[in-house]
Amino acid sequence: MMLGKTAGGLFWMFRYLERAENTARLLEAGWRMALTRADDDMSEWVSIITTAGMHDGYDAKFDEYTPSQVINFMLRDKDNPSCIMTSVDLARSNARLVRTALTLEVWEAVNECWMDLKKALARPVNERDLYDTLNLIRNRTAVVRGALHGTMLRNDAYAFSRLGTFLERADNTARILDVKYYVLLPSPAHIGTKIDNAQWEVILRSVSSERSYRWVNGTETSARGIVSFVMLDQRMPRSLAFCAKQVQDYLGFLAQEYGTRSDSHEQADLMIKRIESTDIDGVFKTGLHELLGVMISDATKLSGLIEKDFRFYE
Amino acid sequence: MTQTPTYFDEMLTGPETVRDPYAKYYDWFSNDDLKRLRRKSDEAEAFFRRIGITFNVYGQEEADERLIPFDIVPRIIAAKEWAKLEKGIEQRVRAINAFLHDIYHRQEILRAGRVPKELIANNEAYTPEMIGVSPPGDVYTHICGVDLVRTGEDDFYVLEDNVRTPSGVSYMLENRETMLQMFPELFATNKVRSVSAYPELLRRSLAACAPQNSPNEKPVVGVMTPGIHNSAYFEHAFLADEMGVELVESNDLRIEDGRVAMRTTQGYKPIDVLYRRIDDAFLDPLTFRPDSMLGVPGIMDVYRSGNITLANAPGTGIADDKALYSYMPDIVEFYTGEKAILKNVPTWRCSEPDSLAYVLDHLPELVVKEVHGSGGYGMLVGPAASKKEIAAFEDKLRAKPGNYIAQPTLALSTVPILTKAGLAPRHVDLRPFVLMSPEKIEITPGGLTRVAMKKGSLVVNSSQGGGTKDTWVLKD
Repeated sequence: MMLGKTAGGLFWMFRYLERAENTARLLEAGWRMALTRADDDMSEWVSIITTAGMHDGYDAKFDEYTPSQVINFMLRDKDNPSCIMTSVDLARSNARLVRTALTLEVWEAVNECWMDLKKALARPVNERDLYDTLNLIRNRTAVVRGALHGTMLRNDAYAFSRLGTFLERADNTARILDVKYYVLLPSPAHIGTKIDNAQWEVILRSVSSERSYRWVNGTETSARGIVSFVMLDQRMPRSLAFCAKQVQDYLGFLAQEYGTRSDSHEQADLMIKRIESTDIDGVFKTGLHELLGVMISDATKLSGLIEKDFRFYE
Repeated sequence: MTQTPTYFDEMLTGPETVRDPYAKYYDWFSNDDLKRLRRKSDEAEAFFRRIGITFNVYGQEEADERLIPFDIVPRIIAAKEWAKLEKGIEQRVRAINAFLHDIYHRQEILRAGRVPKELIANNEAYTPEMIGVSPPGDVYTHICGVDLVRTGEDDFYVLEDNVRTPSGVSYMLENRETMLQMFPELFATNKVRSVSAYPELLRRSLAACAPQNSPNEKPVVGVMTPGIHNSAYFEHAFLADEMGVELVESNDLRIEDGRVAMRTTQGYKPIDVLYRRIDDAFLDPLTFRPDSMLGVPGIMDVYRSGNITLANAPGTGIADDKALYSYMPDIVEFYTGEKAILKNVPTWRCSEPDSLAYVLDHLPELVVKEVHGSGGYGMLVGPAASKKEIAAFEDKLRAKPGNYIAQPTLALSTVPILTKAGLAPRHVDLRPFVLMSPEKIEITPGGLTRVAMKKGSLVVNSSQGGGTKDTWVLKD
């Protein structure tokens, strides 16, 4: 038995941590892209900001895109509710709220993550220090995950933590693909040609899988290959299929533990069915953008149902 | 005023003259390297920050989380000294509990004329809603933290009884944890009584006070906190965690079927005992402050019908009201038939004209406190105050004399702290923690030693820059 508030706190703590990590990844992908480009094209930064869902906030504050502005906006800008520092801050507030449900190691890991980042992000980050900063973020969030994995009882508290992680991740992966859907579209110009090298690289880097993609597909990069890998591959830990399966499994655990199924279970089954019945031809027939839209709203709906079914709030 | 008062130092009664309880420690200290100890002291701070033992300071934006300074020199109490304190504390707490029962029922003590009626009737801390209510097991003061000060070898005084919601027990436990990690060798040579059983004793003690008619197989206990912004949130979470019970807030609770219930992932489940760390005034907006967002509407009805235990009971504040404090020796005698073992600090009640006149004449020597104040706020420490501060305080005192009591400035004992230059004496007090259940009273050997970190300062409150020390009670 656990408090609904505690379940909600764990869920959001891990959602925010996952968000911080994904934002760092995205930022790194964009930065690399900017570095390897010869021209001054800022469009990649625009698409990074859009993927992170920070477009409105950024435009409200700045008139133009410069690397240093974007970097600091994503890392530490108080006006940006989704910046990494704010996400980590919220993760830690939630951790404080649910301290009684965390092992000491998990609590210490998240507290140290917060303390170190607060220090590292106290002042604007120079491009020279960006690599180290991003590394620190990835490293500290990984320690939290490691502590969770290594010390937490595999009970309902663990299930809610994992649900938060995978729902956030699914949402993130879907948005990365969605922002890039136009480069993946099979247009007459693209048929038989490879998509822009840099474009596919940024997609794979954003989900940390440039290496694993090659293990699966060799050096053959194609729109079909990428979409089927990032969307449908069960082995890929950030793919939509993988995340959905994890969500279904942890909900299944809760159903067993509590002896009852609810709306969120139905919704998770529906998501899985949708993914299982989709093949790569279907994706392009239905339209990638349309399909991703449905999947994003599936995940949002599921998150809401979980909140309700497990009484996160009054 | 010009002469420096001499204070009783608990470690050194003269240069190189070490009091018995500190003999082994002093030996160890003298043979250790000061630099190493300074480094250890810094490590302790990092340790506290990492595990998050911090407190929030009211009225300081952005300051969010601060550490209470921790000093690595322990405060050591001999077995014999402790035995006497223990007896005195038990006697006092027993008397207070009996007083609370009496004052909300037959009021024998008022009829006997031992405590003036007006003092109760006109007291904000008196809670008429508790009249005729008998808490489960007749326990009012489940948890007390009696503040003691020392002025000499055998002179201990009770400064305050803290029978509302005393805080600081987490520091008692974490300070010891820290010392064990940093200086394990000390615990091999000194026989220090353990404090680690406190959370388990607390849980058992609270469970023993559960309502008899509970639908739960085993008593369900919860710690109730105002939330993560409260200055003592760390302690609330810590205690819930250590006891293995839920930490609940107002929005986790509601009244269902005449019982207090908490919202779990599987619906509402009844609670039997709430160790509530919120003040009476915020407990129930239907009974007390209607604007309270921290309480549970209707919880007092549940309480009055005997379906929930609140620890401590509402209305206990009357017993640690500063206006009543001066009557404590009478109260102890009235209910136990014995003379009080622990001394009270002589107190002038400014509500009485003669006392007021004396106090006004002697402000520079006295400590004047607000009757309902706590945490070191709103008090005047005469010897440390400027002429201007004294004059300003005098106006307040004349305007509302009934609001104040005055006490002589006690020559609080000192225990050395570690400074850059080595050991330096600082004033201390002591708050042992007392648990009461229908069967027994248990006092954890040790407590919280608060220490004024500033040279010469007599104010030990953490909100005023005070620190803490590990407190050792030695085995025989």
